[in-house]
Amino acid sequence: MNEMTPMKQDRKQTFTGHQALILEEKLIFEIGSADKSGVDLEPVPAVNTRLGDCMAPSKPNLPGLSEPEALRHFVRLSQKNHSIDAGLYPLGSCTMKHNPRLNEKMARLPGFSDIHPLQPVSTVQGALELMDELAHWLKTLTNMPAVALSPKAGAHGELCGMMAIRAAIEARGELETRRRVLVPESAHGTNPATAALLGFKVDEIPANADGRVDLAAFKDKLGDDVAAIMLTNPNTCGLFERDIIEIADALHEAGGYFYCDGANFNAIVGRVRPGDLGIDAMHINLHKTFSTPHGGGGPGSGPTVLSDRLEAFAPLPYVVAGENGFDLIELEAQSANQPFGRMVAFHGQMGMFVRALSYMKSHGSDGLRQVAEDAVLNANYVLASLQDVMTAPFAGPCMHEALFDDGFLKGTGIDTLDFAKAMIDEGYHPMTMYFPLVVHGAMLIEPTETESRDTLDLFIATLRDLVRSANAGETERFTNAPELAPRRRLDETRAARQPILRWQAAEETAQAAE
Amino acid sequence: MRYLPLTPTDRGAMLSRIGVNTIDDLFIDVPEAARLDGPINLPPHQSEMQVERDLFAMAAQNKTASTVPFFCGAGAYKHHVPASVDHIIQRSEFLTSYTPYQPEITQGTLQYLFEFQTQVCELTGMPVANASMYDGSTATGEAVLMAHRITRKKRAVISARLHPHYRGVIDNLSDMGGFDVASPADSFNGVEDLIALIDEDTSSVVVQYPDFFGNIMDYSTLAREVQSRGCLLIVVVPEIISLGLLKRPGDMGADIVTGEGQSLGNGLNFGGPYVGLFAAKEKYLRQMPGRLCGETVDADGKRGFVLTLSTREQHIRRDKATSNICTNSGLCSLAFTAHMTLLGGQGLRHLAELNHARAVHLADKLANIDGVEVVTPAFFNEFAIRLPAPAGQIVEALAEKSVLGGVPVSRLMPDSDMDDVLLVAATEANTEADLEIYETALRDVLKGVSA
Repeated sequence: MNEMTPMKQDRKQTFTGHQALILEEKLIFEIGSADKSGVDLEPVPAVNTRLGDCMAPSKPNLPGLSEPEALRHFVRLSQKNHSIDAGLYPLGSCTMKHNPRLNEKMARLPGFSDIHPLQPVSTVQGALELMDELAHWLKTLTNMPAVALSPKAGAHGELCGMMAIRAAIEARGELETRRRVLVPESAHGTNPATAALLGFKVDEIPANADGRVDLAAFKDKLGDDVAAIMLTNPNTCGLFERDIIEIADALHEAGGYFYCDGANFNAIVGRVRPGDLGIDAMHINLHKTFSTPHGGGGPGSGPTVLSDRLEAFAPLPYVVAGENGFDLIELEAQSANQPFGRMVAFHGQMGMFVRALSYMKSHGSDGLRQVAEDAVLNANYVLASLQDVMTAPFAGPCMHEALFDDGFLKGTGIDTLDFAKAMIDEGYHPMTMYFPLVVHGAMLIEPTETESRDTLDLFIATLRDLVRSANAGETERFTNAPELAPRRRLDETRAARQPILRWQAAEETAQAAE
Repeated sequence: MRYLPLTPTDRGAMLSRIGVNTIDDLFIDVPEAARLDGPINLPPHQSEMQVERDLFAMAAQNKTASTVPFFCGAGAYKHHVPASVDHIIQRSEFLTSYTPYQPEITQGTLQYLFEFQTQVCELTGMPVANASMYDGSTATGEAVLMAHRITRKKRAVISARLHPHYRGVIDNLSDMGGFDVASPADSFNGVEDLIALIDEDTSSVVVQYPDFFGNIMDYSTLAREVQSRGCLLIVVVPEIISLGLLKRPGDMGADIVTGEGQSLGNGLNFGGPYVGLFAAKEKYLRQMPGRLCGETVDADGKRGFVLTLSTREQHIRRDKATSNICTNSGLCSLAFTAHMTLLGGQGLRHLAELNHARAVHLADKLANIDGVEVVTPAFFNEFAIRLPAPAGQIVEALAEKSVLGGVPVSRLMPDSDMDDVLLVAATEANTEADLEIYETALRDVLKGVSA
């Protein structure tokens, strides 16, 4: 335990537990009641039920709230969240950029939000046109001939891309022999998890001193048992893989496929086309590069572009343009290709497609290029403004995110976690911590292009002050942090050792304990 | 460009702080062969108004569910969502936050996830639920993989009455992961044919409730039979409103319950985003996929919530993770929880009764038409009818009359020999007048067919 110094007084205690605008809020189950409802429904007409022997004896044991109570409940909860709208959210690799409200308005047009995925295609021509146009933008921006729109999120897109690769290998009759997938040690955790899900053996490739794939080590690992490489570019250290074309050529020469994790496409959109780099499959997080909201952890959307070597294996469904309008290919029998199967029910995240297309049209070809440039500029500005006081493991320029390690904290008694928690008291959401794994105590800062120079200047000044404080031995500013957030540090060990994953009435809890 | 705060002056000053001359100097690591000379061949930027014009034009070409008598279901249902739900999910603090990795400043998200998990547990009758999955189909695929992990077996027996898209997702995962699936020929009788397919390599039996054809049956006996053979029973609930009125899968003995939560709080959205539900028996907790939110205390002893048991997940376990899932359906689960909170158990029961009443009335009306037969004996808000002509053709003819009359089975199961079977759903969004319009329109269309 760190010794608590009485330098700062405990926050004033109040009768209600509220602290001015920070309002405590109980769970629904503690404030609602079983006989209350915030929805008025028509009376149920007389009916001879047809429920067989399946009718439940009683209503679900869940409380309700009237509308004013429900709104107050959720608004109070919302006020305990940090958000991009309220402040900088520099989570590296997550791309917390502004979410334009035009996109929200467009996604709510009844013509998109109030149509059923299985109503006749003759009645949803505009929806299919939107999907077709989105596909056109994605294919053109990446210079890839095909795109699978249906994957529900980034990791799902990864799965899609790797499934297409697996299907292509199977079609070549090499499924028994090509078992190995090369994954850099700096990769997102989803990459090895995806490869393993498909039965591939994950083989890690080391990074070089530059924070990039060690080309020689990579070439040593190539062989006729290699199915694919899963490489993030720009990589998770925020660096462009300089040797990427050479990697692609050597891999193709050896008969493997190139999967690129497109999580960081926002750094190069409009300036570099992945198809020009020799990539065979890449997912695109619409919730990163194309500004659809993260929503507290989803829903995402992960369309996956495919090269001509994989195009034929794209999953169902997909849209085709014909003489009489658009059609939806939903069944293998309708397809002229060899689709590997189906990723999901229906056609994908339509709500996200509308938002992403609204964003693309707003920016246009010129604006998207500016997006990449400003994202890279902002990250390099942060790197250049902090590298004299914090330690950057790799030389710049970086791409859209700036990576630091914990070298500058050595000897201060403060670690990356403490440093991050102190940022919370200063009004910032911390950067990504302890990722990528290849550097010690990583701090990955991604400002995005939607932050102003003034915002960055204050952020930079704040971090410099925190570094000064750490070096001056003001450890309690870090080890006690956060002190001003709705909650102080939470006991995660307790949460994992004695999991409480749902609310239970006191008597139920007592019974369970017996 | 309205979304970009940097001015040309800013850019110049920032480049000089960095110590380079032009922006191109920051892209020097891009191989020369991949550097573009000019802009990509796509249209230039547009004002809000221009974008609106383009998208309004596309939206206007679609026939929306609220403007016509509407009876499509098959895993996606038209329900009325209270106005306050959409307001809640558009709160900046919910809409524009990320996964709650820093719990001190994301208690809002964490608390609603805990409430969501509690609601899913109560609705399904299961002791643990996760913080949501992409949708019902992917949740079901994950459930099969989980059953394989638990039993260390690799074959799933799947009801022929499971939604064909859900079946497609399982088939694909099984094919890719080296697992087997088996299924009986379709049958409207009991579950004996499922039990007969269980062998020593079978991990699980997957059934849907209500099933793809709308039928409901008590799976208690099936659960015992399945479990006595060392397998898990996975029950898939495609229409969560049904659990306002039906016996809970957990009370029937299900080991894993998956479901589609779209009907609570979420619009049709042409198929997504939706919200997958995933619940299981407590003993299987550590094999569950997806995020879990748990209760704990902070340094002052105050109650708070965190993401927990993450050692199952990909960002810790990498290739040993229970699933590759990272993102869930956060905002859709908030919509679910807000709608469920507004309804309460009593409101949900009422809503479910209203759905059932509309469906029974519609079934009775359609059964009166010559040549139309209702083939689902017991149902909630959706049933199958047999028509005297191909269902796809009838649906198109009904659409001409501005009635969206249902989903032809052949659209999803082309080889099932059910060209004449139509799935018809009715919900609280249908008025009794809608039902009459449907009956009249179908009579007219069928007259045209026989003439």
